[in-house]
Amino acid sequence: MIQNLVDGILTGSIYSLAAIGMTMVMHMLRFANFSYAELLGIGGYAALVFDRLFAALVPALGVAIEPLTLTWALVLAMLVAMVITGASAVLFDWLVFKRIRAKADALSMVFASFGVALIVRNVITLIFGHKAELYSQDIAFAVVLSRDPMLLVKPDQIFTLVAALVLMLAFHLVLTRTTFGYALRAVAENPNLSQVSGVRLSSMVTAVWMIGGGLSAAAGVFYAMTNHLSPVMGHNFVLPVFAATIVGGIGSVYGAVLGGFIVGIASGLALMVLPSGYTPAMPFVIILAVLLVRPHGLFGEDRDA
Amino acid sequence: MIGLISYIAFFATMAGIMAIAVLGLNLQWGNTGLFNGGVVAFFGMGAYGTMILGGRPEAEQFGGFELPFLIAFAGGILAAGLMAWVVGKLTLRLRHDYLAIATFGVAIAFESVTRNAEWLTGGAKGLRGFPRPFEAAIGDGFTYGLVFLALVLAVLIVVYVGLERLVRAPYGRVLRAIREDEVAARSLGKDPARMRLQAFIIGSMIMGAAGGLYVTFYAFVSPQDMAPILTFQLWAMLIVGGAGNNRGAVLGAFLIWGAWTLSGFALARYAPASMQLYAGSVQYILIGLVIVGMLLWRPQGLVPERIGKTFNDRAAKAPTNTGAHQA
Amino acid sequence: MSDTVLTIEGLEAGYVRDLPILRNVALTLRRQSLTTIIGPNGAGKSTLIKAIAGLVPVSAGRIMLDGAEITHLRPDRMGELGLAYVPQTDNIFRQLSIRENLALVMRRMPDRASRLQELLGVFPALEPKLGDRAGSLSGGQRQMLAVAMALARRPRVMLMDEPSAGLSPKITAEVLDLARGLTGQGVSILLVEQNVKQALRVSDHCYILAEGRNQLDGPAAQILSDPVVGEIYLGGKRVGAA
Repeated sequence: MIQNLVDGILTGSIYSLAAIGMTMVMHMLRFANFSYAELLGIGGYAALVFDRLFAALVPALGVAIEPLTLTWALVLAMLVAMVITGASAVLFDWLVFKRIRAKADALSMVFASFGVALIVRNVITLIFGHKAELYSQDIAFAVVLSRDPMLLVKPDQIFTLVAALVLMLAFHLVLTRTTFGYALRAVAENPNLSQVSGVRLSSMVTAVWMIGGGLSAAAGVFYAMTNHLSPVMGHNFVLPVFAATIVGGIGSVYGAVLGGFIVGIASGLALMVLPSGYTPAMPFVIILAVLLVRPHGLFGEDRDA
Repeated sequence: MIGLISYIAFFATMAGIMAIAVLGLNLQWGNTGLFNGGVVAFFGMGAYGTMILGGRPEAEQFGGFELPFLIAFAGGILAAGLMAWVVGKLTLRLRHDYLAIATFGVAIAFESVTRNAEWLTGGAKGLRGFPRPFEAAIGDGFTYGLVFLALVLAVLIVVYVGLERLVRAPYGRVLRAIREDEVAARSLGKDPARMRLQAFIIGSMIMGAAGGLYVTFYAFVSPQDMAPILTFQLWAMLIVGGAGNNRGAVLGAFLIWGAWTLSGFALARYAPASMQLYAGSVQYILIGLVIVGMLLWRPQGLVPERIGKTFNDRAAKAPTNTGAHQA
Repeated sequence: MSDTVLTIEGLEAGYVRDLPILRNVALTLRRQSLTTIIGPNGAGKSTLIKAIAGLVPVSAGRIMLDGAEITHLRPDRMGELGLAYVPQTDNIFRQLSIRENLALVMRRMPDRASRLQELLGVFPALEPKLGDRAGSLSGGQRQMLAVAMALARRPRVMLMDEPSAGLSPKITAEVLDLARGLTGQGVSILLVEQNVKQALRVSDHCYILAEGRNQLDGPAAQILSDPVVGEIYLGGKRVGAA
C-alpha cells in the first residue's frame, strides 16, 4: 500500500512536469496535441547522446555522484537536452502546426499531431534502435526506508522527485515574480487584451513551446533515470499526460501539477487491485471519471468548443 | 497464373475490408467532423466480438458459442456500436478534441484487455476462429478466396450504397450543417449532440463490420492484429482519398493499401539485412508523412467532397439571390 | 504639430474576408478633444475602435496617428506609438493582481516605478488593493484599473469602448468626467457610447455611424440639440426640449 503510494508520487512528479507544458499549449493553441509526449522521448535521447559525449570528452564528469547513479555529465546533458527539445517543439510548430493553424480548424491540428508523433517516434527508433537504453550501467541499489510496512526507494528516485519539485517551484516563481510570467498568465486568460497591453502573441507561443519542451525533456530524463529509455516512451506518456491535464483543468498550470500527482498515485494504487498489464488503461479510466463528474477539471474554466 | 490471381484476390480482400472501415471513418470525420483517435478499437471490438460469439469452445475460455456466422458477425457489429455509444455519450457534448482523447484512450484500454484478459480474449495467444461461411462446401482453396472476396465486396457495396443514400438524404445535409456551423444547425431545430452520437455509432459499427470480416478471413485474432498503426493507415486512406467523399474513401483505401504492400515488398527485397528489423519503422514514417503532407498541401484529398461543395455553393448563392430580388 | 492627432480615411474592415462591416469610414480626432461615436446597435462602432487598435483586419483605407500610418500594425505595437485601447468588457486580467496588471503594461518602461506612483495618485482607490486579484474589484474600480492600464504608457490617443457598460449612472458619470479631465492633460479620446446623452454632454465632437458608414458628424452640443438626430438616435425623445 505505502509502496504503491510512494511509487505513484514518484511517477506523478514526472507526469506533472510534462503536463505543465501540455496544459499551456492546449489552452493557448486550442487543440489536443498527441505529439506532445514525444518531447519526453526527444529529451531523454538527446540527453543520452550528450551524456556519452561529455563523459568521453571529460572523463571526470562521467563519475557517479554517490549515492546516485547520476553523473555531472548527465546533469549538463539534461540542460542541453532541455534546450534542444524546446527548440524541436518550436520547429514542429513552425513546420506543421503554425501552417495548419493559419488555414484549417483545430481538429486538423489534432490529426496532424498524430502524424507528427508517428514520425518522431519512428525516427527515434531508426536512430537508436528498438532496445531499451540506460544512462548508467551502475546498479542502483534501493534503500530500505521501512521494513514493516516494506518500503524501498532508490536514491535516484528521491533525486528525481526533488529535482522535479525544484523545476516546478522555479516555474512558479517565473509566473508570479517576473513580468514575463505575468505575460504568460495574461495570454492564457485573455489573448486580445494581452496584445493590447503590448504582449506579442507569437513570441508567447514560442516561449510556451520552449518551456513545455524544456520541462518535458527533464521529465523524459527523470523517467529514463528511474526506469529506462525506449522509443515507445512518448507513446506511453500520451494518455497519462492528457489525463493529468484534464484532471487539473485545461489551461491551469497548478491544476496540471496536481493532476499529474493524482494520475500517478491513482495508477500506483490501482496496482493493488489490477494486474500490471492494465496500468496503461488507468489514465483512461481517470479521464472518463473526470468527464462524468467534473468535465472542466479541478481548476478549468467552462470554455467549450 | 493461378498464383497471381490468387494473390490479387487476397490483396483485394484486404483492401476491401480496409475500405469498409474507411467508409465508417468517413461518416464520422468526413461527414460529421468527429475525430476518432482509436479506430482500431472499434475494428477490434467487431473482430473479437465476432470471434467470441462464433468461435469453438475451448477449455478455460469464455465464449466459443459456435453461433452461425451471420449472428456472430451481427453481434460483433453491435458490440462495436455499444462501445461507441458509451464513449460518445460521455464525450460528444464536450470540447471537440475530447472525443479524440477518449477514443485514443479506448484503443489503449482495448489493447490492455486483449493482451491481459486471457479468459475473454485469449491474451497474447489470441483466439482461434470458426469455419468460414461456405468453406465446408467449397473447400479452403483458390475458389474460396474468390468467394470470400465476393462476400467482402458485397458488404462494401451495401455499406457504400447505404452511406451514399444517407448522406444525400436530408439527414446527411443536417450532419454536414452541424459540421460547418453547429449554432445554425441547432437553430433549425436539430439536436446536434444526438445527430453526432448517431453518426458516431453508425460509423463505429461499420468499422466493427470490417473487423468481423477480417477475423473471419484469417480465422484467428490476436493483439498483433490490433496494432495502433491500423488507425493511422485508415486515416491516411481517408485523407488521401478525400474526406467527405465515399468514392474517394474507397479509392484511398486501395491506393494506400497498395502503397503499403509495395513498400513492404521493396524494403524486404532491397533494404540491407541489418535494416530488416526496422522496415516497419520506415513504413510508419511514410504513413506519418502522408498524413502530415496531405494536411499541409492537399487537405481536400485526391477526390474532394462533391455534395458538400454543391451544398456550400447553394448556401453561398442564397444571399445573392435575395439581393437580386430586393433590387 | 497639426491640429488632428488621428485621421481615418476610406476605412473598410471586418472579421470575414469579402464581408466588410465598415465601409468607407472617415474620421478625424482633434488634439486634446473628446470625440464620441454613436449609432444604433450593429452600426460597427466597436468594430471601428477595434480596427484602429489593430484587432480587426483592415481591407482598405488607412489610419494615421500623428502623421504616421498605423493601418496594419500589430496590436501589441500600438501602445509604444502612443495609442491605448480600453475594451468594453474583459478589460483587465482578473487572475492577475492589480499590481501585476499595471506592471504588465509598463514592463518596458524605464520609469515604471515612478509612473506607478503617478497613476496611484490619479486613482487612489486602487492603492490599498494593489495585491488583490483584479477579479475581486467592483465594476467601477475595474473600469478605473482598465483606464489606468491604458494611461500607464502615456498615450496620445485613447480609445474607449463603452466605458459605462454595466456601471450605475453615478459611476458612469465619474468615468466620463475622468475622461473629460484627461483631455486637459494632453490625451485625445475617441469614445464609443450607448449612453448617448451622458456622453455627449462631456464631448467636443460627435460622429454618427449606421450600417458601417458615416451618417453625420458635428459638434457634440449641436448633435445633442438637433431634433432629427434626437428623434432617431437619442431614444425618440427630444433632448433639450425642456
